Amino acid sequence: MEFQVIWFILWGLLWAVYFALDGFDFGAGILYPFIGKDEISKKAIIHAIGPVWNGNEVWLITAGGATFAAFPTTYAYMFSYLYTPLLIILFALILRGVAIEFRPKALTEGERKLWDVGIFIGSVVPAFLFGVAFGNIFIGLPFDDKGYYGALFSLINPYGIVVGLLFLFTFIVHGGIWVSLRSSNELSANSSKMAIRFWYLALIFAVVFLILTAFYTNLYNNFIKLPHWFLVPATAVFALILTGYYLKKNKNLRAFVSSTIFILALIFSGVIGLYPNLIPSSIDAKYSLTIFNSSSSPYTLKIMTIVVILFVPVVIFYQAWAYKTFSYKITKEKLSEEEY
Amino acid sequence: MDTVLLSRLQFAATAAFHFIFVPLTLGLSLLIAYMETKYVRTGDREYLRMAKFWGRLFVINFALGVVTGITMEFQFGMNWAEYSRYVGDIFGSPLAIEATVAFFLESTFLGVWIFGWNRISPKLHALAISLVAIATNLSALWILIANGWMQNPVGYVINQGRAEMVDFWAVVTNPYGLLKFAHTVLSGWVVAGFFVLGVSAYHLLKRNETEFFKKCMKIGAVFALISSILVVAVGDFHAKEVSHTQPTKLAAMESVWETTKNAPMYLILIPDPANEKNAIEAIKIPSLLSILAGKEEIKGLKEFPSSERPPVMLTFLSFRVMVILGFLFIILAVWTVIKLKKIEHSQTLLRLLLWSIPLPYIAGQVGWIVAEVGRQPWIVYGLLKTADAVSKAVEPSQVLASLIGFTLFYGALGLVDVYLLAKYARRGPDPKEV
Ligand code: HDD
Ligand code: HEM
Ligand code: HEM
Repeated sequence: MEFQVIWFILWGLLWAVYFALDGFDFGAGILYPFIGKDEISKKAIIHAIGPVWNGNEVWLITAGGATFAAFPTTYAYMFSYLYTPLLIILFALILRGVAIEFRPKALTEGERKLWDVGIFIGSVVPAFLFGVAFGNIFIGLPFDDKGYYGALFSLINPYGIVVGLLFLFTFIVHGGIWVSLRSSNELSANSSKMAIRFWYLALIFAVVFLILTAFYTNLYNNFIKLPHWFLVPATAVFALILTGYYLKKNKNLRAFVSSTIFILALIFSGVIGLYPNLIPSSIDAKYSLTIFNSSSSPYTLKIMTIVVILFVPVVIFYQAWAYKTFSYKITKEKLSEEEY
Repeated sequence: MDTVLLSRLQFAATAAFHFIFVPLTLGLSLLIAYMETKYVRTGDREYLRMAKFWGRLFVINFALGVVTGITMEFQFGMNWAEYSRYVGDIFGSPLAIEATVAFFLESTFLGVWIFGWNRISPKLHALAISLVAIATNLSALWILIANGWMQNPVGYVINQGRAEMVDFWAVVTNPYGLLKFAHTVLSGWVVAGFFVLGVSAYHLLKRNETEFFKKCMKIGAVFALISSILVVAVGDFHAKEVSHTQPTKLAAMESVWETTKNAPMYLILIPDPANEKNAIEAIKIPSLLSILAGKEEIKGLKEFPSSERPPVMLTFLSFRVMVILGFLFIILAVWTVIKLKKIEHSQTLLRLLLWSIPLPYIAGQVGWIVAEVGRQPWIVYGLLKTADAVSKAVEPSQVLASLIGFTLFYGALGLVDVYLLAKYARRGPDPKEV
């Protein structure tokens, strides 16, 4: 296989893993004001994501770094074309990180309120905008060999908003299940309930997304050419249905596994549809940035492949260990042993 | 104002802000790892209190280091698209490697450390902070290899209008990058050393927890002494490297206009860039500059067209400030080590140490100004001009808006951070268990 193809798969994988992991942090942060009814449940939610959110976010940094290293032209143009939305995502991520870390250190009631708002805004904004950005990449951006003709408002189109909402609801479900798994008693029950409610919305928007994709994008072309790939979106749909099924049966671990598979398969469906493009041009396909015309030299890709083979398994190993260490149920008693 | 100028301002502001938090992280992580390891080895709970007290300050500082770092990662594509396209084949790799080998490690194990006090064994807990310390310093290695390549491009060919890597090993072992790594990391250790000294001095002045803070001071003083000597020593090698690879920067650092053999150094010097000379040159030390720069003949700025010279005044002043501070740190550290036994009675020294907390930060900031402003007008020395590196798809109004946004947002975050640091630093360690 050519290195470009390997890196295309890795590129998709990094984004997919990022959303599968940070997605539940976003969801937990969005539900935080609604299910965090008292100080103890707020603390519990922060404890549910506190040890892992930063490690999850590094998947984003790695996805960005890998885009830079493997497809520099795409990195350059994707980030500069989407300047303003990315900037807003960035500000929100900054706010979220600071809020999660500083809330436990707050000294007054006012500061705590401030960080509570920060956790919510810092989670809801990127969850939605990442969807909008991906929706627009699926459609293609208006650029040719001379430059970019889009504006902030051209990104706010019905399809972009649908993908944004799909991401948003998906992450809320994912985060609700995570919190219910990690917490106990009332908080666990409440977050489960929330997950079920938003599951209906996620399902509706998944269907709308599948339909609109046929009208707004060329993503289905690859699938029609090679129908066995339909297995991936089919897996996504099946996993989403299973998520709801297990949630209602109160089998939350299984529901979490299902919603993780849903997110991975959803992102991969998009990535397969894009191939070999990274950013299609909505003006003319000949201007599209593909994995072949925007990649690094074979030498660099080879070096990077070696780095990935050597180090990513190690990363997965210790992150898995960290997850295991922090898989205990958070109870009132356990919280009282903690500094915050 | 055009996109280039605005993007430069924004890059300078956000990089400088990131580098407020970075140096303390580099050094303090090591000190906390030392304290906690000592606790595990000896069972002396004083070291545990130490690790917890400095750990709280560390976490507050770390949070802003992390969030401001994401900005840096995004900015190359957002503001410097032409640059990213031109150098991505080489420059992207160290950035991606940094994330894979360093950021994952530090973020995962810091999470384990903060939330793991009651969940894992003390040994494992001490290991977690040690891994954080190794990882943060490792992250500096990769980003400085990237930056070193911009200062001294190696291991590349120009192909189809961009730089392509042909020798990864040459990029990784670029002497410029490795010197930069050593110098920058050591400068971070100086920051942390003086931070520990300053905060401890505050409590000693208040006669609060004297035994505890004397112990902290001992650790801080030894660390500060070693790293301040090393940072100056490495700085000297660094200057030699600059004189060979970037003659324009060296000439600006010392404000040398005419090419001179056996160039002297003037202790008092005031440049006059408008007239391409120095207004005042006094207290001459013969041949010193040539000796320090490791070169007999020092090229003067006039040898280069004015379009290829960096801003002289800023580069020169920044360099002078850094060097003066460098020697001051050694003096302060030596003085502290000598007085350690009865430090609580040396009121003047304690006050000096308290007020010295910002100085290593300033030295690091002006150091970056020397390195980055001194490289101008090049973004990649000799290959790509800063003016050609900017994103074409981005309007000045967008950058102006984001620059204002960053200034306000970062300003607010900076205030919150200082407020929290000061609160938790003043509060002191947890009371001793009985
Ligand atoms: C000399 C050291 C040094 C320098 C010059 C830089 N950084 Fe940095 N960076 C660090 C040393 C560091 C660190 C000490 O490792 C930090 C600070 C606090 C932290 O968590 O890690 C960090 C954090 C940090 C993060 C967040 C990592 C996380 O989430 O854990 C990112 C994405 C970057 N940096 C990226 C950059 C980029 C793109 C830079 C260049 C323009 C840059 N840094 C300059
Ligand atoms: C964190 C410490 C750093 C600080 C404080 C810093 C500071 C600065 C400053 C003051 C400038 C403006 C120079 C000018 O425009 O006249 C600048 C420019 C620049 N620096 Fe750094 N820098 C840092 C790290 C880095 C690193 C590690 C890299 C690369 C990996 C880098 C890449 C650049 C680039 C691309 C520019 C070009 C923009 C410009 O010329 O303004 N910087 N930096
Ligand atoms: C006599 C002492 C010192 C000398 C001779 C010296 C020399 C230098 C030189 C030549 C550079 C520019 C390198 C370049 O252009 O790329 C530099 C940069 C720098 N210096 Fe120093 N330095 C000294 C002390 C210090 C001290 C005390 C600190 C901080 C505590 C410090 C922090 C920095 C930093 C952060 C940079 C930018 C990164 C880099 O280029 O390495 N320096 N120094």
